[in-house]
Order: sequence, then C-alpha cells, then structure tokens
Amino acid sequence: MSAVLEIEGLRKTYRSRRRGVRHALDGFDMRVEAGQVHGFLGPNGSGKTTTLRTLLGLIRPNGGRMAILGHEVPQALPVVAAQVGAIVESPQFFPHFSARDTLDLLAGAGQLPRQRVDEVLELVGLRDRAGERVKTYSLGMKQRLAVASALLKNPKLLILDEPANGLDPGGIREMRTLMRDLAAADMTVVLSSHILGEIQLICDSVTIISLGRRVAFGPVEQVLAAHSQGAVRVCLEAVTDLPQAADVLTRAGIRVAAEPDHLMLAGVDKPATVSRLLAEQGLYVSELAPVAVDLESVFLELTATAPVPGQHRQVDQSTKVGEPGIGGTGGGWGA
Amino acid sequence: MSLYVTELRRLAKRRITRLLLVLLVLGLAGIATAFAFSSHTLSPAVVAEAQAKSDADYQRELKNWERSVAECDTATARGEKTEDRYGPDCGRQWQPQPEMFDPKWNLPYQFDFRGEFGNFMAVFAGAVALFAFLVGASFVGAEWSTGGMMNLLLWRPKRLAVLGTKLAAVLTALLGVSVVLGALWTLAFWLIGTYRGSTAKVTSGVWQSTAISGVRALALVLAVGAVAFALASLGRHTAMALGAAVGVGVISEIGIRMAVQMAGVRFGERWMLSTYALAWFQKQWKLLDYKSCEVSQGQCSPKEMLITWQDSALVLGLGSALVLVAAFWTMRRRDIS
Repeated sequence: MSAVLEIEGLRKTYRSRRRGVRHALDGFDMRVEAGQVHGFLGPNGSGKTTTLRTLLGLIRPNGGRMAILGHEVPQALPVVAAQVGAIVESPQFFPHFSARDTLDLLAGAGQLPRQRVDEVLELVGLRDRAGERVKTYSLGMKQRLAVASALLKNPKLLILDEPANGLDPGGIREMRTLMRDLAAADMTVVLSSHILGEIQLICDSVTIISLGRRVAFGPVEQVLAAHSQGAVRVCLEAVTDLPQAADVLTRAGIRVAAEPDHLMLAGVDKPATVSRLLAEQGLYVSELAPVAVDLESVFLELTATAPVPGQHRQVDQSTKVGEPGIGGTGGGWGA
Repeated sequence: MSLYVTELRRLAKRRITRLLLVLLVLGLAGIATAFAFSSHTLSPAVVAEAQAKSDADYQRELKNWERSVAECDTATARGEKTEDRYGPDCGRQWQPQPEMFDPKWNLPYQFDFRGEFGNFMAVFAGAVALFAFLVGASFVGAEWSTGGMMNLLLWRPKRLAVLGTKLAAVLTALLGVSVVLGALWTLAFWLIGTYRGSTAKVTSGVWQSTAISGVRALALVLAVGAVAFALASLGRHTAMALGAAVGVGVISEIGIRMAVQMAGVRFGERWMLSTYALAWFQKQWKLLDYKSCEVSQGQCSPKEMLITWQDSALVLGLGSALVLVAAFWTMRRRDIS
C-alpha cells in the first residue's frame, strides 16, 4: 500500500529568552497509507496541531522530512495543495460573510467551479442556512462549514483537526458516516480528535503522540492488542470447579483473579491454551472471552495522562518516549 | 477565477469597505453641496447692488461726520472743551472717503475655480487618504485576526504571492475609487464654478497643473493605503496600523515638535512627517526661522528653508518602502499559528 503522508524525524523547537527552549516536535514520525481513515491522537500540547501546521506549510520546521502524495513538502506544497483539504484547530471564518460567500471566495481562490460549493453545502447539511452570516452559526455549524471548506477541493488527502468538536450526537454520527464514505471513495482521511470512542469506530489506523514524539502507531486493532495485556474472562460449567481451575492455571504461570462466578486471567498469549489446560484436568469451559481494551484506556496508559485522585496534572505532564522505562510501540517506517 | 479577482470580490463584499465608501461619498457630497449653496454668481445686478449699498454706506457715514463736525463747532462756540470727545479740529481730518467703502465687502461669496480648487483638492486627498488607511489596514488586518489568511494559505501556499495579490487588489480598488470620485469632485466644483461661481482664467495650463496635483494626491492616497496594509499585516491586526498611526502622530507631530522647540532647533519642522506631506501636495513648503529675525533693526526677514516635492518623494517613498519590505519579509519568515 502506498503512503499518502510521510513524516520522518520532524522537529520544531521554540526558543524564548524567558521560557527557554521547548521542543514542540522532537523527532516525530508518522505514516498514513492511501485510502485509510487515520486517527491522530495526543494529549493537549503534545504537538498534534503543530504537526499539522508544519505539514501544511504554516510553521517552519527545524528538521526532519515530510512528504504528501509522494511530494516533499513544504517545497512541493504549491503542487499538492490542490489535492489536500484541511481544517486546522478551531474553525475560523470571517464572521460577516455568509457560508456561501465564504466557500465561494475559497472556490475562487482555488479556481474551482461554483457548483462545487452547492455540493459541499448539501454534503455537510448547511444547504438551507448557507445564506446566513457565519457569526450567527453555532460551533457545530461552523464546524460543518469548516469541513465543507476542506471538502471543496475534492481532495485526495483530507486533514481534519477536531472535526466533531461542537457537533450534536446526530452530527457526530453523520460525520462518522461521511468519513467512512470518503474513505470508501478512495480519499485518505487524517483525523485529529479527543473523542477516542469515535476514533476507534472510524479509524483504520492511529498514531499517538506525546510531548512531540510518537508513542504508538499502527492499525487500531494491533495497537489495542499490543496493550490488552492478555486479559481473558473464564466461566466453567460448574462454579464449584473454579478454585481447582485457578490452581491449575496459576501453576501454568498465568495470573489469576478469582471472582464469585468466573476467573479473570492476565498474561494469556493464546486463549486456547487455557481451554486445553483445563480440559486436561477434566474442567470444562462454558465461556472463554478475551477482554477487549478500548482506545481510551490505551491512550491514557501510553500517554500517562490518566487522572490520579488528588493530583492536578499539568499540560506537559505526559509520557516522553526515550525516557527510562518507556518505549514506543513497534518499529516501521521512520522509527 | 484568479486569486486577484477573488480578492477584489472579497474586498467589495466586506461591510466595512461598503460603510466607509458610503461615508466618504456622503461626506464629499456634503462639502460640495454646502459650497454650492454658499457660492453666488456675481452678476452685474449683484455688483450694482453692492455698489449702491457701498454708496449708501458712504453717504450715511458722510452725513454722520458732517453732523458730528457741526455739533462740535456749536459746542466750541459755547466755550466747551470738545477735543476729548470729537478729537482735534472737531475731527475734520476723519472725513469719510468714497474709497473707504469698497463694494467688494458687500458682495456675496463667489467660488473661484482657478484660485480655490487647489484647496478643495487637498480636502479631497485628505478624506480619500483616511479612507485608504482604514480600508487598507482592515482588509488584511481582519484576515489575520479572523483566521482568513491561514485558510487562504492552505489553498494557496505561496505566502508572498498571496500577500502581494491582496495588496494589489486593495491598491487597485483605491485607485479606482480615487479616480472616479476625483473626477466627480472636479466635475462638481466645475459646475459650482460655472453656475454659482467663476471659472474665469481657467486655461489649459491651469488644468495641467490641476492634473499634476491630482496625480500627486493619488500617489499619496496609494502610499497611505499600502503603508496601512503593511502595518496591519506586520501586527496581524487592524489595530496595529491604527496604533502606529496614532503613535507616529503623537511622536512626530507633538513629541518632536515640543522637543525641537525646547532644544531651539532651527527649522525643526523638517523632522515632522506632516511637513513632507504638505510639501508633496503643495509642490513645495517653506520653513521659516524666526530666530534669525533682526527685530532690533525694525525689520524681520527670517531665513528660509524650502522642502520640495522631490524631498518629500524621497522621505515618504523610502518610509513606505521600508514598511512594505518589513511586511513581506515577516510574511515569508513567520510561523502562522
């Protein structure tokens, strides 16, 4: 599969006499394959928006390599800009223009046919409110307009920073469907979002960033599997057999937690092993279910941003790859 | 549709542009209308009426004088002292003369195109320059502060071309507005001169001089618009240009003026921007050094310093170029966040 977006060793450093040196991006890597919906996750201040701005030529990097659709950027941005639709951070539009005027002027700047404006207004559900001034719009409507502006070019790569921010539940579902439809139509979508449940539902792959470095990447199921810790829930036909089963499994090196009606196992590589071990002792399994972890818990674990009672976590308190005892997930391109 | 045309459309769609244009047109129309009503053609009948009024004034004053002298003579004959009240020789030396009652004083105001249109051109240039400043600054300032510039750069990732195209669009619009309104302004005052004033002695040379003044006024308007645009782009906000204008006004016109006066600097006005703006528009501006007056000899002939429009072109041109280069250099280098 070809890469639509490649970032390798990207660095961005801010220097201030008063605040010293801050590495917003510290050798960040990322790769997005064609036709995927790719989630780009990270805590506040981790470098997501800086990455997107740098990729789109708004910020000058201090080092590293970036390529979009096989073209090195920012040098080739004028060539590839027509194939990249993007919204970065919160939607910002001139408040006294209508949505139609806003899109009309963008279409003019991009030398696109005006009929495309109507198409995208229909697509994001703003057709009937297109003549109203943007300043009268709710956050969700502005968000829809932002997505419309990004879709205007019918891009090959769509980069959306928090597209579901401010959307109502129906809007979030519509956005989810839209993303899937766009990906099915061969558009590659990069989604930056904090709504991790949505990312898990929509995305094929993810990259997680913390303090300017990548802490995890790959297909969603692989990232989840890598952090599931082999948790398995086991029920037996006879509840009275649970103590014996716990003993058998513990002797086999599996961590067991006994519950009244089932056992919770940890560190199980292959659930079939459990079934075999118990069957050899005449203990028969009625339910054997690997416990799935969700993206949110993986994210909190990887970035070390889970809330701790009694503590107030500061923005820059998260995992930094390369610190003692912490490592990234997997190798691959750019690692 | 090119970016240039799009930017022209964007400028025309902006509410502040439309509002300022309406205010400018209303203001200029108000001035022209006021002068149209205050000016009166000096027809022979009006001149004759003024002459008759002057004559009547003269006769009335002459009778008053004769009556006064007669009263004085009577009082003197009675042995009264009259000098304090009527002056020496009963004020005979103060006999009113006909030339003391100029009929011109009784004539209504008449607009003279040849003699006065230059001043009205200065008023026009000032009003349009203010319009240019506000439109130039707000066009790019609002784009920066609302995120429009960032959006545009995502579509056209050529920073200098985008800023240059925006500048070209705003200057084109200012040029168009200035030329159209300038033509209407000239026409309005020509009509005032024709129907309610005088257009005498307006030779081709006068028109040529007016045209050259118009071109200089146009250049001033465009320079003001470009500098306001550049300042707002540098500060990424309209307020930056407005603040800079107030700052320059305070520093140049108040601060430097006070400083040079206190320090006794000769020709201190040469350090003020307004001097160069005046010299640019008036073709030259004379500065006088009253400290060089020989008052003890009963005569004052202060030394002079002439600021020419070429001097102004150098100072204002260099200043404008400096601000523009800074705006484009910053645009090329800065992180947009």
